[in-house]
Amino acid sequence: MTEKTPVLSVRNLVVEIPTRHGILRPVDNVSYDIHAGEILGVVGESGAGKSMTGNAVVGLLDRPARITSGEILLSGQHIHTLKGEALRRLRGKMMGMIFQDPLTSLNPLLTVGDQLTETIQEHLKVGQTEARNRAIAALEEVGIPAARSRIDSYPHEFSGGMRQRVVIALALCAEPDLVIADEPTTALDVSVQAQIVALLKRLCREKGVAVMLVTHDMGVIAEAADRVAVMYAGRLAELGPVREVLTAAHHPYTAGLMASTPLASQGKERLRQIPGAMPRLGNLPDGCAFHPRCDYAQDRCRANPGPTLDTCDGRAACWFPLNTKQKDEVSA
Amino acid sequence: MSAIIKIESLTRVFDVSKPWLNRVIERLPKALLTAVSEVSFEIEENSVYALVGESGSGKSTIGKIVVGLVPPSKGKVEVEGVDLATETDASKIEAVRADIQMIFQDPYASLNPRWRVREIINEPVAAKGGDTTGLAERLLEQVGLSAKDAAKYPHEFSGGQRQRICIARALASGPKIIVCDEPTSALDVSVQAQVLNLMSDLRKDLGLTYLFISHDLTVVHHMADKIGVLYLGRLVEEAPRDRLFDAPKHPYTQMLFDAAPRMDAFGREVEPPKGEIPDAINPPTGCAFHPRCPIAVERCSKERPEMRRIGETRVACHLAE
Repeated sequence: MTEKTPVLSVRNLVVEIPTRHGILRPVDNVSYDIHAGEILGVVGESGAGKSMTGNAVVGLLDRPARITSGEILLSGQHIHTLKGEALRRLRGKMMGMIFQDPLTSLNPLLTVGDQLTETIQEHLKVGQTEARNRAIAALEEVGIPAARSRIDSYPHEFSGGMRQRVVIALALCAEPDLVIADEPTTALDVSVQAQIVALLKRLCREKGVAVMLVTHDMGVIAEAADRVAVMYAGRLAELGPVREVLTAAHHPYTAGLMASTPLASQGKERLRQIPGAMPRLGNLPDGCAFHPRCDYAQDRCRANPGPTLDTCDGRAACWFPLNTKQKDEVSA
Repeated sequence: MSAIIKIESLTRVFDVSKPWLNRVIERLPKALLTAVSEVSFEIEENSVYALVGESGSGKSTIGKIVVGLVPPSKGKVEVEGVDLATETDASKIEAVRADIQMIFQDPYASLNPRWRVREIINEPVAAKGGDTTGLAERLLEQVGLSAKDAAKYPHEFSGGQRQRICIARALASGPKIIVCDEPTSALDVSVQAQVLNLMSDLRKDLGLTYLFISHDLTVVHHMADKIGVLYLGRLVEEAPRDRLFDAPKHPYTQMLFDAAPRMDAFGREVEPPKGEIPDAINPPTGCAFHPRCPIAVERCSKERPEMRRIGETRVACHLAE
């Protein structure tokens, strides 16, 4: 990667939720960088903390969840300390967001054009006509046919895939440096999903935007991401270049996840399954959070403190990483 | 091998018109949505037949018609030789009904939160006055939960465990056929693997037949013996699993396979498919896929293609060979 300052730099981020039964840590000591023009995929099962990490970055944590330690730097500037108005100005201008459900992230009472021009005028010093022209250009860019006539339509007049394009246009219209896409294709059909993934990749490359792509779909990650972060129970389990992580996982959880997708076991009678389920946050085991489900667990895995990326080989938070001896194993 | 389910030119039309008064005032015609159109296929005993398609392709509607939750508008559904829509002998209907059960997509919505797991699992048998002693406990162990769980409520279980409870309930009446409508799409990958393995085991142990409805091609590839591809309520292609994945004949099937994300395709650059599924109220003339089809000719926009047999594949396309 380049030596330039990363667009987004998350350092030892901890998010805590105080509850009656003690303090929960949905995000526990997570660190990663995203550079300009790079797509970082964040995968994990539900409850792994992937969306919570994204929300913490844009400052959209719902109370009582809060950042208790660690820092978030956007182009070298601390943003985790910003509040209220200062943060609001940053959102949209510096960071764009794309959420899972395109219907609920658009205002049903305003036309698509109103929503786009509002965002553009809020963040860029332009007049009404110029804003409208930019809005049309933004819609054309995301591949909406006849943008000039569709701009005055309401969200319900668009199909699911077109709505998600509008949301992407909205996220990108103020030319942010960072886009956080939280399950952007989960609600969409396969053919539309392929269109949206291709669009995200193209925009990322052309505009040099840094993208954090949160999803649970390994296939989408493989096709779109440059690097991938695997999360488990609020912690980073593995972080590395997508090809290496997916073909030769170091963390047993990543390996189990890959093996349990139906794609990986073509022709076989049974799928490999990871026994059990992810532990609840209030009831995490000592040491490595994965050890009760891990085939390779040893005494060291059960002892505190658990493994982290820093204390292990830098790629997987595991005391006994897999696939480390094999070199250049490239399986098609 | 004989067909346990026979479906012949099944059609289901839904009336989605505005209320009568609005239609009169605004002079609107009736709006009819053809969810399933002239679909025919057979399911062999002890096999897994999968229906795949994108949203709006009519796959769930077919599932509901097969279990009798929705009546067909036209066509015939024969289960074990009994046509549920026209059969008048109540005892025959009852016997067949007990042989078909269903598993739904969302295990959070398909279990009554106020009932204990024991009551939920026993209900299909208890409703007919059958003996339920120890039934729930036995079934829970069969699906990989413990007998103690029978006294708990659904909220005490995770998504995967709830889906196991749904499976236990479906097994209670000793069915031969289970219609599974997206049984794992609400589950995480590692849990999905557990549930799919359980379903494979049960099929082997109990000799079950599955009608497996899914949009996920990877899941279908793992589970199915035979696959039917639906587009806008029409069956466009049907073939045994390996035939379909090795040599898809319909351009829509080919598009679907190309578009599906693959885990070995790092940084793959594909020309994404064009367009979206058209409106089912005003479907295109001729072949429903022709506006998006890369190889469409004039004939495709005029004449609806008939199902043709090419080797083991049945395909509805003028140009497929």
